[in-house]
Amino acid sequence: MATIIGGLTSSHIPAVGNAIANKLFDDPYWKPFFDGYPPIREWLSRHKPDVAINIYNDHGLGFFLDRMPTFAIGAAHEYKNEDEGWGIPQLDPFPGDPKLSWHIIGSMVADEFDITSCQELAVDHGFVVPMQLFWPGAPHNPDMPRTVPISANTVQHPIPTLHRAFEFGKALRRAILSYPQDIKVVVLGTGGLSHQLDGERAGFINKEFDLMCLDKIVTAPEELTKISRHELVRQAGAQGTEFLMWMMMRGTLGDKVTPLHKNYHIPISNTGAGTMMLECAA
Amino acid sequence: MEIAEFDHHAAIPGTTLFDGEQAMKGYALNKMCYSFNKKENRDEYLADPEAYFEKFGLNEEQKQACRDKNVLAMIKAGGNIYYLAKFAGIYKLSVQDVGAQQTGMTTEEFKEKLRRAGD
Repeated sequence: MATIIGGLTSSHIPAVGNAIANKLFDDPYWKPFFDGYPPIREWLSRHKPDVAINIYNDHGLGFFLDRMPTFAIGAAHEYKNEDEGWGIPQLDPFPGDPKLSWHIIGSMVADEFDITSCQELAVDHGFVVPMQLFWPGAPHNPDMPRTVPISANTVQHPIPTLHRAFEFGKALRRAILSYPQDIKVVVLGTGGLSHQLDGERAGFINKEFDLMCLDKIVTAPEELTKISRHELVRQAGAQGTEFLMWMMMRGTLGDKVTPLHKNYHIPISNTGAGTMMLECAA
Repeated sequence: MEIAEFDHHAAIPGTTLFDGEQAMKGYALNKMCYSFNKKENRDEYLADPEAYFEKFGLNEEQKQACRDKNVLAMIKAGGNIYYLAKFAGIYKLSVQDVGAQQTGMTTEEFKEKLRRAGD
């Protein structure tokens, strides 16, 4: 049977993609951010997961407002990284695992999560930047796992509630654990933490709120589900709603997790950047 | 923090929640910006911006906001920042440049504001 070995979180800021392309790992601005990743890479190279489920939010590459899925699951043999309009180098396609995708889709819908399935899905920085951070050289890292992308809507309100995101994660856990093949799965929750790009409040970052989220997501995620969406925008900024992805990830890990590593740094671009590694109880 | 009714229009200072109403208002503008994912469309726009506005059916408010490269005006006209970022990309404006413009600062001042958030 499939097992979930743990969950990883990362911010997925486009500027990180440029910094990787330009190898700015030791640049004074970037070093405190990139230094958050080697312990996670070491853990990944030790455990070698077969599949990475990458929970992210599309930013206007894979989906437009003509049809905006609340929860979308990739079901393709591969996922192409395409031009987003501002010159980040494009990566080669990421290999999928359509058999697992369809198992998850079947299980989620049976569990009454009415998702959108995608046989073609262009993936943007939200998906590829964390992959590059965790598996340098992605998708050509020799340990690169197959992937299932899952995107949640944070572009247009109404967005899902934190409670729904957490419940989605729990249903995803049931889906993965019922997969009959002996595969090891790691779940990524990408985006956040606090930031706001638009309006007179642009540049808003809330360190206190971020640190509270980094703490509670380990010990008491249920408490975070009580935060309303409006309160989330107020506390985390208009784009800080990407914390939904972290909650979806957390739902897949079960009650008890071991926090093995975390890093938090302000600012990367306009964002409070958070990185975390949570291992599932054996 | 308590569970509150979700009111899209409850005021958060300096923040416009992009909801159904904004999405309908800004549809043409956002659709144009979405088209900028493709280089051939960026090139077509740059060759004749006015013709490109017409092609996507922008209203006068949206056209003027684009001509002025005024991000707050684009948001007021229904623009969503994720799509507007592609418009900004054509002019090589970073998210710090865009933040500075919206807050009436220089880009250096805006970057300093971001750094101070870490204190």
